[in-house]
Amino acid sequence: MSGRSSGWAASSALLLPAAAFFLAFALGPMAAAVYISFLDWDGVSAPRWIGLGNWAHAFTDSLTLRSLFLTAQVMILSWAIQTPVSLLLGVFLAGYQRYRAVLGAFYFLPLLFSAVAIGLIWSSSMLSADGALNTFLRSVGLGFAAQDWLGDPDLALYAVIAVIAWQFIPFHTLLYQAGARQIPRVLYEAARIDGAGTLQQFFYITLPQLKYTVVTSTVLILTGSLTYFDVIYVMTGGGPGFATRVLPLHMYITAFQNAQIGYGSAIAVILAVAGVALSLFLLRVTGFGRMESQAEGL
Amino acid sequence: MVAAGRSARAERAAKPPRAGRLRANPAPLLLGLVWFVVAFYPVYYMFITSLRTQAGFLSGSLWMPPSNPTLENYAGVIEDGIGLYFLNSAFVTAVSVALIVAVSFLAAYAIARIRSGVARAAFKVFLLGLAIPLQAAIIPIYVLIVHIGLYDTLYGLIPPQVAFGIPLTVLILVNFIRDIPNELYDSMVLDGSGHLRMMWNLVLPLSRPALITVVIYNALQVWNNFLFPLILTQSSNIQTLPLALQQFQGQYGVNVPGLMAAVFLSVLPVMVLYLIARRQLLGGLTAGFGK
Repeated sequence: MSGRSSGWAASSALLLPAAAFFLAFALGPMAAAVYISFLDWDGVSAPRWIGLGNWAHAFTDSLTLRSLFLTAQVMILSWAIQTPVSLLLGVFLAGYQRYRAVLGAFYFLPLLFSAVAIGLIWSSSMLSADGALNTFLRSVGLGFAAQDWLGDPDLALYAVIAVIAWQFIPFHTLLYQAGARQIPRVLYEAARIDGAGTLQQFFYITLPQLKYTVVTSTVLILTGSLTYFDVIYVMTGGGPGFATRVLPLHMYITAFQNAQIGYGSAIAVILAVAGVALSLFLLRVTGFGRMESQAEGL
Repeated sequence: MVAAGRSARAERAAKPPRAGRLRANPAPLLLGLVWFVVAFYPVYYMFITSLRTQAGFLSGSLWMPPSNPTLENYAGVIEDGIGLYFLNSAFVTAVSVALIVAVSFLAAYAIARIRSGVARAAFKVFLLGLAIPLQAAIIPIYVLIVHIGLYDTLYGLIPPQVAFGIPLTVLILVNFIRDIPNELYDSMVLDGSGHLRMMWNLVLPLSRPALITVVIYNALQVWNNFLFPLILTQSSNIQTLPLALQQFQGQYGVNVPGLMAAVFLSVLPVMVLYLIARRQLLGGLTAGFGK
């Protein structure tokens, strides 16, 4: 492999190991999922080609439609909670005061935890019937507000969304912190000279300057919320009943617990298509080119 | 430091319109403290719970650690074999991260420096991989791993981890390698160095910061991954930590202090890393997503 000899041969050799792993265990399986979605297969006996059978089923199966609806709910609520909180915290941490750095060190702790650890902390010690939250409510005389957070079908989804917010807000806070630190200081200095107060500075400088960070963070929250699996699996397993069975969980249960590999694959493909379509759509409406240069900036 | 000094000066300079400036606005500090409680309390409560006896857990204080802390929960968790799960996780993480970084480095060099049509096409394909959710490919991965006889082995966890680690790792490394000045390459070409020598003697040492970033990022991803072990393994002796934790949940039932001790042990290595290298760790987590 000398420097001048054919670049084609050299680059192929260097790319081969990564490409092999990627094609065999990521891209190939993704394509295979499309193929398997046309099969009636329990994973053991011989698969049978049924064409669009699974697909017709997917769009009429009330369970699948319901989990699509739950996923949409999780997506919208997650965005509505995580965006303002992360934005405020990110702007707060963008300040260089020492106490902010110290607080920030604690804010980012949830980033280190596996989703399983987070699920267990919340389901076993915080939100259980005699967990910290209910004990706290009783101790301040709000005992009537104590709930079976994860056992009540009307509450479980919101409890799960709250825990997911706790899990992901630190990451988006980091994005906003970095974004806010790039805002030129002169803008604030000029505003102060003009007599702008803190709130005015926030709404007329900080917020507009952060718009590309908002786009990045929004794309990641919306596409990410299609894949929330671990925390929900650990906390509720999709229950009580079907109350928290979002799409990826529905896919898992269908394929691996009910042994409907073909039908599960159809749900998996819906998941992938929704993710790609959503990110393309968001990048289109928010200005793809600008976004690209931001992402490349590293 | 520089920026802080500058802002202090700027504030002094901006003194005249004093009335419009809220000097000690308590709102940010208040918000900061509220979120401190929200973010840190569950972690703190997990830890103090792990020091309680099973009997004392329900009557324990919400805020204070137990007056007579016990390590019996930790002893119990260790007796139940958490050490093995640690080793399993460490093995899968070490091998996967080494492979991810090695193959991605070769690919990133080819993409950033050789710039052939193959390299450009490969880069596009890898970027496509950023959009594939892991869950969407998991069924065929399961079928494939069963088919090649790696089901229910630690080795079976490695190839999919590597495949899904490659896209972001390549992206970060390509961006970094592209910034190495051309003159450095030119002088090595004059010396008659080939690609291998160039990679080893020039690009590898200069890429250290980016390599640290991708090692940390991938290590955290693999260490915390739950879906692959859940689907690709079955026997209890080859569980990795997250899967073992989840199984503890059923096994321990109402023994919440025991469960919290297991959770604490599982996050301990990452917390230690966080104490040593917070900046690199946080930088690594957002490296792929711009600033």
